[in-house]
Amino acid sequence: MPPAITASGNGVDESRLKFLRGRYSYASITDKISDVVLTRPTHWGWYAGFALCTLLTLLFVIAIAYLFATGVGIWGVDIPVAWAFAITNFVWWVGIGHAGTFISAFLLLLRQKWRTSVNRFAEAMTIFAVAMAGLMPILHLGRPWFFYWLVPYPDIMNVWPQWRSPLVWDIFAIGTYIVVSILFWYMGLIPDLATLRDRSDSRVKQIVYGLFALGWRGEARQWKRFDTAYLLMAGLATPLVVSVHSVVSLDFSIGNTPGWHSTIFPPYFVAGALFSGFAMALTISIPLRAIFGLKDFITARHLDNIAKVMLVCGLLVAYSYVVEIFMAFYSGDEFEKFMVVNRMTGPYAPIYWTVVFCNVVVAQLMWWKRVRLSTLALFVISIIVNIGMWLERFMIIVTSLHRDFLPSSWDVYYPTFWDWATLFGSLGAFAWLFLLFVRFLPAISISEMRKLVLEKREGET
Amino acid sequence: MSDTEVYGVLAEFEDADALVAAATRVRDAGYARVDAYTPFSVPGLPEAIGFRRDRVALVTLIGGILGGAGIYFLQWFSAVVNYPINSGGRPFNSWPAFIPATFECTVLGAALFAFFGYLIMSGLPKLHHPIFNAKEFDLSTRNRFFVCIESADPRFERAATTRFLESLGAMRVSVVPFS
Repeated sequence: MPPAITASGNGVDESRLKFLRGRYSYASITDKISDVVLTRPTHWGWYAGFALCTLLTLLFVIAIAYLFATGVGIWGVDIPVAWAFAITNFVWWVGIGHAGTFISAFLLLLRQKWRTSVNRFAEAMTIFAVAMAGLMPILHLGRPWFFYWLVPYPDIMNVWPQWRSPLVWDIFAIGTYIVVSILFWYMGLIPDLATLRDRSDSRVKQIVYGLFALGWRGEARQWKRFDTAYLLMAGLATPLVVSVHSVVSLDFSIGNTPGWHSTIFPPYFVAGALFSGFAMALTISIPLRAIFGLKDFITARHLDNIAKVMLVCGLLVAYSYVVEIFMAFYSGDEFEKFMVVNRMTGPYAPIYWTVVFCNVVVAQLMWWKRVRLSTLALFVISIIVNIGMWLERFMIIVTSLHRDFLPSSWDVYYPTFWDWATLFGSLGAFAWLFLLFVRFLPAISISEMRKLVLEKREGET
Repeated sequence: MSDTEVYGVLAEFEDADALVAAATRVRDAGYARVDAYTPFSVPGLPEAIGFRRDRVALVTLIGGILGGAGIYFLQWFSAVVNYPINSGGRPFNSWPAFIPATFECTVLGAALFAFFGYLIMSGLPKLHHPIFNAKEFDLSTRNRFFVCIESADPRFERAATTRFLESLGAMRVSVVPFS
């Protein structure tokens, strides 16, 4: 294990800065993580959160049912602002998913040991976030029951998707992303499901976990193939992540709308995706480690590292904001220049300045080690960044649309109750799925933690 | 229990290093049908039991090529042969616009082949396996390390093999029945 960074002069307890605190054996680390699922009584906080999230999920279901029965007119969208909350939610949710894949795949390729105790729940975060994201474009279709027309299939009309359209690229990118994320997550879960199968006392749990463990035996040959396949999947998932948000950004930049039609969009969107995704990883891991007593595994060092990645992504995002302004004036294009000035001073100016405050100003607090080591400060910053990134997506989409090329069609978009219901309903459904996950599956990879125990022991001798 | 009802003889160890050392000596003694069972991926163990090359990477490559070539062919066929549409004067085979779907399907094909290739080559899913009849085998997913010499091995001889495994310093040696 690499030596913990020194914190001399800061008054920081050195033991907080390890990846794995305390002395654990293979058995005790296995029991500690699997007992969260198998034997420990459920924390009241889980029940309270689950009740709230169930209500929000019901609201989401009602909002979708009413939408399908009535049509997109229940939202505030109209011409010229035909894209608003649903597309904002889509871009934001996909971005949140990206941090999970980045943690689990890219850090695996870089052999970063701090990945081990955060990768499982980060991957779960990815899957649930992409599930929410995948719903949004379908909800936003005028005729959602025809969404499969985007897929190439041999229909009797002999009509194919328009391959030159970014919307078709989108369904390939999102579809591939969700399938690969689920495979990667499930593959890592199989040995842990076998642990739960072997450790549970109830026959029902043994059968259910046993079926999902697929008969895993931990053979040396299985492990060898597992390692190869897992590494290859990580190598595939890393460029996939970059491609997915790039394709999402092309949904905008291929069109010639001012503020959208820009070559910086793919890297700009990917940086923003990682920024908001790592913020969500903090928002989730801070209560998770407190409620389930996992502070020995998800330590201050992990939170510190996540904050550092956020800081870098935040700087990239800030750079993109500056380049957008520069390019608008450098291009000399009247519409681009108007768009930038309108963003800063027009009807949506409060949103623009909130975005700058949340994503650029507040993020700079993470330069200070004291802030990065304060759980409360990080939690607050992560919430602020989540809000800021959602507003950034909203700003990009709506400010470009509401001042059309034709001034007679200018208008301002206002969300309706059903817009808010869709946003908060999707947040509730995401958290609802996540709460079920931490209750029934190990939130930390047990087999990888056992290996970390071995490596730690070898490092000490 | 006669020898034909025996799946193998299983030795249990307390740590990974002891298991790798024992597995190496089992191979050195000439046993070929050997497998080891561990709670996590132990470095050096596959080599110790004589398993060097897995074919997962090859299968993944094939999956990636099939996925990418397949979707490119589909795009080319539909846009050039089956239903050509003049879209803003672009060539029918506008390959730059076909790259996103080609890339995604390359990744998708490779990932599907990697996952299912790994499962099928590892003999999963499987509802039952004789090794689960072994005593304390549930600890193989917690903190114990096992090596098994199977009765299918030509050099297997129940009493001698048991004595041999005991001589390797195992915590426990037990006979695994088929049922």
